[in-house]
Amino acid sequence: MENISKRYPGVLALDDVSFDLGKGEVHCLLGENGAGKSTLMKILSGALVKDDGNIFIEENAVNYHSPSEAQKLGIGIIYQDFKLIPELTAADNIFLGSEIIKNSFSFLDKEKMNEFALKALEELGEEIPADIPVNKLSVAQRQMIEIAKATQRNIRILAMDEPTASLTNSEIENLFKVIRKLKSRGVGIIYISHRLEEIFEIGDRVTVMRDGKKIITSSIKDTGIKELIKQMVGRELASEFPEHTAIMGEEILNLENINGGKLTDINLKLHRGEILGLAGLVGAGRSEVARVIFGADKIESGKIKLEGKAQKFRYPKDAINSGIALLTEDRNLYGLFMERSIRENVSVSNLSPLMKGIFIDKVEEKKAVGKYFDQLQIKAPTQETKVENLSGGNRQKVVLARWLHTNSKIIIFDEPTAGIDIGVKFEIYNLINRLVERGIGVIIISSELPELIGIADRIVVMCEGRISGELQKKDFSQEKILKLATQNPEKTYAH
Amino acid sequence: MPTKIRDFKYFEKISEFSLAIVFLFEVLIFSQLSPFFFSADNLLNVTLQASITAIIAAGMTFVILTAGIDLSVGSLVAFAGVLTTSMLKISMPLYLVFPMALLGGILFGVVSGGIAGVFVTKFRITPFIVTLALMTIWRGASFVYTGGRPVWELPDAFSFLGAGRILGIPFPTIIMVVVFVISHIVLTKTKFGRYVYAVGGNLEAARLAGINTNFILTSVYIISGVLSAISGILLASRVNSGQPNAGLMYELDVIAAVVVGGTSLFGGRGTIIGTFIGAMLIAVLKNGLNLLNVGSYVQQIVVGVVILLAVLLDQLRQK
Repeated sequence: MENISKRYPGVLALDDVSFDLGKGEVHCLLGENGAGKSTLMKILSGALVKDDGNIFIEENAVNYHSPSEAQKLGIGIIYQDFKLIPELTAADNIFLGSEIIKNSFSFLDKEKMNEFALKALEELGEEIPADIPVNKLSVAQRQMIEIAKATQRNIRILAMDEPTASLTNSEIENLFKVIRKLKSRGVGIIYISHRLEEIFEIGDRVTVMRDGKKIITSSIKDTGIKELIKQMVGRELASEFPEHTAIMGEEILNLENINGGKLTDINLKLHRGEILGLAGLVGAGRSEVARVIFGADKIESGKIKLEGKAQKFRYPKDAINSGIALLTEDRNLYGLFMERSIRENVSVSNLSPLMKGIFIDKVEEKKAVGKYFDQLQIKAPTQETKVENLSGGNRQKVVLARWLHTNSKIIIFDEPTAGIDIGVKFEIYNLINRLVERGIGVIIISSELPELIGIADRIVVMCEGRISGELQKKDFSQEKILKLATQNPEKTYAH
Repeated sequence: MPTKIRDFKYFEKISEFSLAIVFLFEVLIFSQLSPFFFSADNLLNVTLQASITAIIAAGMTFVILTAGIDLSVGSLVAFAGVLTTSMLKISMPLYLVFPMALLGGILFGVVSGGIAGVFVTKFRITPFIVTLALMTIWRGASFVYTGGRPVWELPDAFSFLGAGRILGIPFPTIIMVVVFVISHIVLTKTKFGRYVYAVGGNLEAARLAGINTNFILTSVYIISGVLSAISGILLASRVNSGQPNAGLMYELDVIAAVVVGGTSLFGGRGTIIGTFIGAMLIAVLKNGLNLLNVGSYVQQIVVGVVILLAVLLDQLRQK
């Protein structure tokens, strides 16, 4: 790709960017949100049309205007939010648009498609049933189906946007194996990720983008994490994780023998001023614990004690009234009202103090929201800005502001920095530190182990709906966490 | 991206008024084409004609804002009409029968809306199907209840509701204005209104933000039911009889008014003022075409085209 430019009204999204990819190479693409990575990938995949510049494949200039044309040229892309059709099976998805047909009535040859799908998945080292709807499968499995979909179409160039965003470490390892396999077949891979460690593990070369421009391309061997962060952010960051001193107070939350849904015998304690990390593989039941505490899911047995008193939360409303807050993993889907203003998104959970009779007192509301708007340094023109126009980090701040406005005593963060820029991540960690300094108890669910190790005071590890172990700060290590995360206590005891 | 945000806002501000401008433009054209159009009599007549569907459209706005739909409104108009009129014929003193009959009709609206709400929230059946079923149930019930014959010979005083005037203004027009003012205040200034937008914008996020979403959803169907029943009573009064086939196809006129008014069928976006303008726009169009002696068949075509254009305008605004 040479001298690619793309303009939007008022914004130059890509400014004269050149990018090249070799056969069997993994070329990483780095940059904060809005740096232009996605725009570049969308142009490559035909989803967007470039304003300027040329694209060459094996030295032939190519010109295409749609994703289907790009696919014919062997260009595949896997988006962060997959483009699978949830109700269809793996086989149906893999062959979507290129179905195998039997007999002259154009009936679908389901057996053959299933067979080929299984084979394609097997080649990737995966055993995934090809005949159940993909929405019944895990995120990692769905991703493998995306990859199988691409390989089935004989792609030569595969772009992956944040492929590890919601994978656990073992799943990431598996993904890397698959990527290496693709490499050996001569597929060129463009790898977009926020996780720098990964890039050093899998990448051959790396290109950093910032504000729509290419900043640097270099061989992975010739660069380091610090250097890359500096190029991405445009300045130096002191450390990835800010320090905080834990001043643990009395117990604030106590789960006793919780059973229900996926969860078995959950015992968990949280103290004032403590950051408790909740680790485990995706699907281990971490988010379910959060939902139970928050009253979003019902429990079959067990007790939830808040400051020593047993509580029954039938709805999130009850939990919120008791001072519990949940920042969901997918803020766009479960946290925010995209078309409404920052103001309305912040005040929604606690309008009562802002009422004048039956009417909402807008002056008071603006004052209350304005406080958090300044305190959290939400970057937006005004608090009337619609949330859909904010970046991921600022959206997270809006949700946090909501829960500060409800005077939460316990705040649960589910993947607090997923899809958030490095610079803003640091800010979020700082905010969390300030929360615990004020005596708030914080639970953090994260699949990024360095993040948990960096900020938690204590880590509880889950495996298959049970708690498999607990680590104190001095014992933190990725290996120990992983070992506990893959070790179901029930099964171990059975031997 | 400060420039981008500014551009976006600018565009949005223009289009917020665009519907009103289209409406004024329409009024201007008709006033040029027909000398009768701008007479006070005719304008009041337009509001009277618009009032029945406009009142229902106010309720429908609440429902559609939650990403729901209420197809039962037309049949509710019929059943509320025949119920109230038949109750008026009970041989008791008028001062007792009157409030009883009106209350009966309105209570029916509450019950029907409540049923819809329970099916939508507790049994999680899509509003389209629930209200489609209610639509045929109440239509059938109206015919069964009356034996297919209109309810005639009502007390004289009853006709005031639909045909009476206060200071020259038709009573249904007054009711319509009151309904719209209250609806506007509820949607923009109260907790309930805020929650309606939240539920429509993102149901699960609303639940996780501590909103009693089932209560909100049930309430909007009850609001729609009550306003439909009120319209049904006004209509019965205006034609001075309870007609089992009253309000046929009203649901489509009402939905058209709401959608032309800029409310998104996907929920979370729209205003009551928009619905008011939408209802008036269609009413003025029909009135103007009548004054110009355009036949009713052609009118249907014109109204359809206007609906398409209005929705297209809204779609362009979204881009």
